[in-house]
Amino acid sequence: MFDSFMINTWLAATIVAATAGVVGFFAVLRGSAFAAHAVPQGAFAGAAGAALLGINPILGLGVFSLAGALGIGWLGRRARTDVATALGLVVMLGLGALFLSWSVEYAPEIFSLLFGEVLGVSSDEVLPIAGLGAVSLAAIVVLYRPLMLSSVVGEVGEARGVGRRRMEMCFLAVVALTTSMTVPVVGAFLMFSLMIAPAAAARCYTSRPGVAIGLSAGIAVVTIWVSIAASYESGWPVGFFVGALGAVSYAGGRGYAAWRRARRPAPAAA
Amino acid sequence: MSDLLQTALVSGLLGSSSVRIAALVGTAVALVSGVVGVHTVMRGQSFVGHSLSDIGATGGSGALFIGVNPLWGFLAMGAVAGGVLELMGLRRPRGRDVATGIVLGAELGLAALFLYWDASFRSTTGASISILFGSIFVINPAIVPVVIGFCAAAMATLLLLQRTLLLCSVSTDIASARGVPVRLVGVAHLMVMVLAVSLSALTIGAILSTALLIGPAAAALRVTRRPGLALIIAAGIGVAATWAGIALAYESYYWPPAGHGWPVSFFIVTLIFLFYLGADALSVLRGRRKARVRAPSLAAAERV
Repeated sequence: MFDSFMINTWLAATIVAATAGVVGFFAVLRGSAFAAHAVPQGAFAGAAGAALLGINPILGLGVFSLAGALGIGWLGRRARTDVATALGLVVMLGLGALFLSWSVEYAPEIFSLLFGEVLGVSSDEVLPIAGLGAVSLAAIVVLYRPLMLSSVVGEVGEARGVGRRRMEMCFLAVVALTTSMTVPVVGAFLMFSLMIAPAAAARCYTSRPGVAIGLSAGIAVVTIWVSIAASYESGWPVGFFVGALGAVSYAGGRGYAAWRRARRPAPAAA
Repeated sequence: MSDLLQTALVSGLLGSSSVRIAALVGTAVALVSGVVGVHTVMRGQSFVGHSLSDIGATGGSGALFIGVNPLWGFLAMGAVAGGVLELMGLRRPRGRDVATGIVLGAELGLAALFLYWDASFRSTTGASISILFGSIFVINPAIVPVVIGFCAAAMATLLLLQRTLLLCSVSTDIASARGVPVRLVGVAHLMVMVLAVSLSALTIGAILSTALLIGPAAAALRVTRRPGLALIIAAGIGVAATWAGIALAYESYYWPPAGHGWPVSFFIVTLIFLFYLGADALSVLRGRRKARVRAPSLAAAERV
């Protein structure tokens, strides 16, 4: 399991999980789980288009995830956010269906774009992943205060000159950046599981944002480590273990929160 | 003249039995999705509606693995997921987003496992692609009566619950004040949505299922504020886009670059999106005209 060819997998998976945990905290806080699902799944059309043109799939993923994120933001000017996200997603998937019908790509390769191929990371893939991960985390650090303000109390943010629409666009762009780094490695579906479940679980344990972000990244990293080990031993797909562990950790978080409420029936704040 | 039309239609578009089945099933599914979609959009449950199609696909791949008709897998998994979502707090807008995300994540993990088993024991790797992207032209004729029957049942439920559902969709508070069992109505809506989404995901693919559920309804609600009219417009847009999409896909066999047709999902999705953009532009124009009419009277009022 710790052979030399697995080193790249461990490295790439750790970077991906830590980034997804941090970005995912804001996705859960803002109620943008749908966007976090739609951008990676829609961006998959970009990879299909890149395969058609014979260019690097990361480029196709990047262009499509960014265009999709900005398109969702643009549609969301007048429509409800969830409707805008659904419309943006289906348009991207429709294009994906068109590209797939034109290309001669084999089904297993598409399967790996959706469900990931984490056990086959090559060493020249690790560096771009690390670079994009660093940029995503840097973007979150730069945006930290306005993003937090706008996510928690939108009206106060508006009053202090932090536009809600502008923050939404910025956040979707960060999701797009994270997507183009992670989808080739872990697949569109796994990316989504890594973003939502650990962050949702972390929020059950603490209400302090800094601690919750760290906890979320920690849970995501442990989830992917256990999943890779289990997948290596059993031969079953990594995505299954990530999805199952995500649900288990969230159930654990909800259980802990319920237990704490039962122990202290009347909190001082209430 | 009618002879000419007859030959053109029978020998051409409608002459092919797969096109006839596609038109029949597509119409039934588009009608039900359009009507359920108006309630889904008004309730802000688009994410749930989309997730149910992916979740249904998990059930479909599971059914493929144990060797039963995918229809039952789609319906069973959809109903189970709907129940779990309801228990996890679908009613509260704040909990809905995360609950849907967790259930969807777990289900996608299961889908990966089922598809892996399918691929390693039965060598049907194409299953994931056909379930996700589906093709309306390869519907198994044997399931057509079942699909039409379920669509009719869903439509009947919707018509029966029409007024109650609308009241709950518009305002839960008013509905519960008037003694409507809000939670029960919510479960009924969820189950009809599961039915509509599973049937459309099975017959025309998970992509089109979301497009038909959300697109026509969102477009209709941009054009009119009257819910009854919105239901009719949404169903009309869904059916029109489906028919035009099928005709275009049939035509596209002669188009470049490939020797085979363009996917029908692409046409239907694009048409629905164009309908939405048109409806959006119309509502903006109308808003501007209204503002222009109102402006002089305001000015007059200020003068007095």
